Amino acid sequence: MAVGALVGALFLVWWERRVLGWLQDRLGPNRVGWFGVLQALADAIKLLTKDDWIPPFGDRVLFVLAPIVVAGAMLMAFVVIPLDAHLFIADTNIALLWFLAMSSLAVYGVLLGGLASNNKYALLGGLRAAAQMVTYEVFMGLSLLGVVMLTGSFSLREVVAAQEDMWFCIPQCVGLVIFVIAGLAETHRLPFDLPEAEHELTAGFHTEYSGMKFGLIMAGEYLALILVSALIVLLFFGGWLGPGFLPGFVWFGIKVVLVINFFILLRAAIPRPRYDQLMSLGWKILLPLSLLNILVTGAVVLWMAT
Amino acid sequence: MLYGLFIASCGIAIGSALMAITRLNASHALIYLVITLLSLAVIFFLLGAPFAAALQIVIYAGAIVVLFLFVVMMLNLGRRSVERERQWLLPGIWVIPSILAGALFVILGIALIGVENQAVIDGEMIGPRRVGAALVGPYVLAVELAGVLLLAGLVGAYHLGRRYLDERRER
Repeated sequence: MAVGALVGALFLVWWERRVLGWLQDRLGPNRVGWFGVLQALADAIKLLTKDDWIPPFGDRVLFVLAPIVVAGAMLMAFVVIPLDAHLFIADTNIALLWFLAMSSLAVYGVLLGGLASNNKYALLGGLRAAAQMVTYEVFMGLSLLGVVMLTGSFSLREVVAAQEDMWFCIPQCVGLVIFVIAGLAETHRLPFDLPEAEHELTAGFHTEYSGMKFGLIMAGEYLALILVSALIVLLFFGGWLGPGFLPGFVWFGIKVVLVINFFILLRAAIPRPRYDQLMSLGWKILLPLSLLNILVTGAVVLWMAT
Repeated sequence: MLYGLFIASCGIAIGSALMAITRLNASHALIYLVITLLSLAVIFFLLGAPFAAALQIVIYAGAIVVLFLFVVMMLNLGRRSVERERQWLLPGIWVIPSILAGALFVILGIALIGVENQAVIDGEMIGPRRVGAALVGPYVLAVELAGVLLLAGLVGAYHLGRRYLDERRER
């Protein structure tokens, strides 16, 4: 599964560049292999053979540790993602909490990368990333609680099983919107990529990274994108549920690809907000909204039970 | 098997806690603190409390120490602060705290020997449902008091932020 996720992340880089090119009326990478499919492989070879530079002015140990944490935490989070009713690695009753725990550990990678580089752009990027991720983790957790209440379990298999009659995207539409926004901020992808906003901070927290360490950070980001998309599908769009003529994991894969394409579309369509706008959107709108969502959901669950 | 894992994670917790107090570089000390908290989470998990283990990672390792590290980054402590720490943390400084901590350790040991009915690591898991029922059942007062405490913190933070904004407007 880890290998699958990494290969998926590799091809996602190519796919994203290709779709972005199409959306912006240009070609994108189309030279290596059939329609440029092997572009990702070429990029990987380039990254592996590049000079792996560690800044002498920075903190050596933390600098090496940071990309490992970014990619490692994301790979660990994949452990709890079930592909099908019978195709899963670990199904604990704390699966959702495990995902939140791993995504909060991924903050360390970004923070340590910014700190160890000893560079002001990297430091600012790391600070922004930490504040943004800690903030949005709160709403991410809260937006999941509605789904947890309707299911009565933190287990992802039971969450999907509870969606037999109706996908949670209808009763939990507010939770879905908050989760998508928080997921964007958590993966720091384009509308919310302020930690690495290139025209303000060069490349943010990974300014000093080169070679495969940079590759690991990028892999971690794309893994996070796949992870968040998989969770959106599992929590709100019925996971592997679908008409019976295709096996469950195929439905799951199709839905995940659709959600990933939606994220790529967002990247092409929406400009980046200012940093203070991002933070005030979080604390002033999303936090009350998610609390209200929990309140209403709890009331409805109680009313249905009695 | 469970017992071996338990001993191993206890060892890691103690070792990394020692490293966390003795490091001169604040960010390294915090990383060791994170390792301590993670191994505590493993211990909780082995004792049959997966919910507490997950919350330990999400809240302590994932949020609180991140904020510590955030402050360390803002202060941008460099080599100079390592030198200063080295001057502060002379060997003589460790004597009295070590004696006090040792005394506490002995007291704890004596207290634990007297405890009957020691829990065994049997791998029984206590799920989130039972934790929630306990929190709103026998411990409801503690939960509400914690809520009041958090509200006080929130009001305090609001007050600090507001005063700063007002002063800036006056200027």
